[in-house]
Amino acid sequence: MMNIEAIKAIYYFEMARTGRTLLQSVISPVITTSLYFIVFGTAIGSRINEVGGVSYGAFITPGLIMLTLLSQCISNGAIGIYFPKFTGTIYELLSSPVSMVEIVIGYVGAAATKGLMIGLIILATASFFVDLTIEHPLLMLMFMVLTAVTFSMFGFIIGIWADNFEQLNLVPMLVVPPLTFLGGSFYSIDMLPPFWAAVSHLNPVLYLVSGFRWSFYGISDVNPLVSLVMIGVFLAAGMLTLGRIFKTGYRLRK
Amino acid sequence: MSSIVSIKNLTKTYANGFQALKGVDLEIREGEILALLGPNGAGKTTLISIVCGLAMPSSGTVLVGGHDVVKDFRATRKLIGLVPQELTTDQFETVWNTVSFSRGLHGEKRNPALIEQILKDLSLWEKKDNKLRELSGGMKRRVLIAKALAHEPRILFLDEPTAGVDVELRRGMWAAIERLRETGVTVILTTHYIEEAEEMADRIGVIRKGELLLVEEKRALMQTLGRKALHLELKTPIILLPPALAALGVTLGADGRELVHEYGNGAGDARIGQVLATVEAEGLSISDISTRQSSLEDIFVSLVETH
Repeated sequence: MMNIEAIKAIYYFEMARTGRTLLQSVISPVITTSLYFIVFGTAIGSRINEVGGVSYGAFITPGLIMLTLLSQCISNGAIGIYFPKFTGTIYELLSSPVSMVEIVIGYVGAAATKGLMIGLIILATASFFVDLTIEHPLLMLMFMVLTAVTFSMFGFIIGIWADNFEQLNLVPMLVVPPLTFLGGSFYSIDMLPPFWAAVSHLNPVLYLVSGFRWSFYGISDVNPLVSLVMIGVFLAAGMLTLGRIFKTGYRLRK
Repeated sequence: MSSIVSIKNLTKTYANGFQALKGVDLEIREGEILALLGPNGAGKTTLISIVCGLAMPSSGTVLVGGHDVVKDFRATRKLIGLVPQELTTDQFETVWNTVSFSRGLHGEKRNPALIEQILKDLSLWEKKDNKLRELSGGMKRRVLIAKALAHEPRILFLDEPTAGVDVELRRGMWAAIERLRETGVTVILTTHYIEEAEEMADRIGVIRKGELLLVEEKRALMQTLGRKALHLELKTPIILLPPALAALGVTLGADGRELVHEYGNGAGDARIGQVLATVEAEGLSISDISTRQSSLEDIFVSLVETH
């Protein structure tokens, strides 16, 4: 029997925390993304040719949403479990009749929800700047949800691993932006020399951005099915890592 | 009385090789208040941590309400409330939310009336909408107790409940714990304050270096190990103790101004009359008489020293 009340308690508790920090957690990504649209979409974008038959501003929209979604989900997932570790309130989680699976559902669920909310807000913001078409709305949502859950889970793992705030911010600040910028958010990898186009295939974010963009305009750098499979692989990797952590009690139970 | 917590041959060795518990056996009776005394690093917190699920045992078993704390953790943790030693709180949460959260974590449906009652009992009702960072240390401590009680546990673990709490608050805390006991809750507390154990506990366990030295009824402990001393203050100091008094076991103290006669310790015959008669016969005049009873503290110190 699952401890449903505990999952609800963790989820609502985390969502309430989000509510308290609404300004910094929602407004700031919206402003940042709006700036991207003004600079790249409108100012510079008007001088750039269409990419794959799509205006440049519209072309970069899925990548920008992904950039925010990834960093938000990783940060939220990490801080959610890191904070109780840091303040010591984790004693309560560990002495409660909750299993690790329930703890993950609560924290990762809340982090993914928050990430999705911000992603959708940015999508709405984008629609003010560029003409958006979404060919496969359901698949688009599926890409977003799967990505949000997977990367919130990665965030959770980082939160368990991290010993200080510096380590906590390492991945969302130093790893996600370069991978996203080089993962075809702002260009099609067809534009790259063949060698670098091949190297780009090692970048996991390429598959996320490409599949996500396909759900908008039906154009992609890699086959959308491959994108979906890769997200599945990332999700499985996250789950396996978590399973290992829980089995060994790594960094949680002495 | 039946055991609600049964600990058998429990050991704990931490990853760094430190052996915090070396084969502890302990039966905790339902409805009692048990105080665990011991110096810092004795293993008190480790013992509590294993029973509550914060640490895994290296070997041995712990049963709570008949359930194994590792295999059947859901059943055991529902029975237990834990008040940790450190004042760990979500600074930005309100009292009401944090206490309600604790109830949810334990799989219980919301029960505002119960939470209200708990907060009122702990004099926190007026503060229910305050953020925790706005509260004083003593109030935070009570919030932690409220959190531990929110799921109506049958066993309450208090790890150093009154550390850093002023005298008045400490008294209030004791009264609250006593009321809990009246509702049938079993209370286990660790403490440095011998006074606390003396005041509240039914039984006392002494831990040192990972071993449980003894567990005894407080009264029995005081009787068997307690000592009394008769102090006779002399009007004029003497240099040599008269042999007749030395033969009775009397010693000379305080620069020759005081005669001390120790008795008790279960020995029976106190020979106080004989000592007084001998003092009289030796022509010594007394300015003051007092008796002192050794406190649990003295007992504790002598126990920890002799082992």
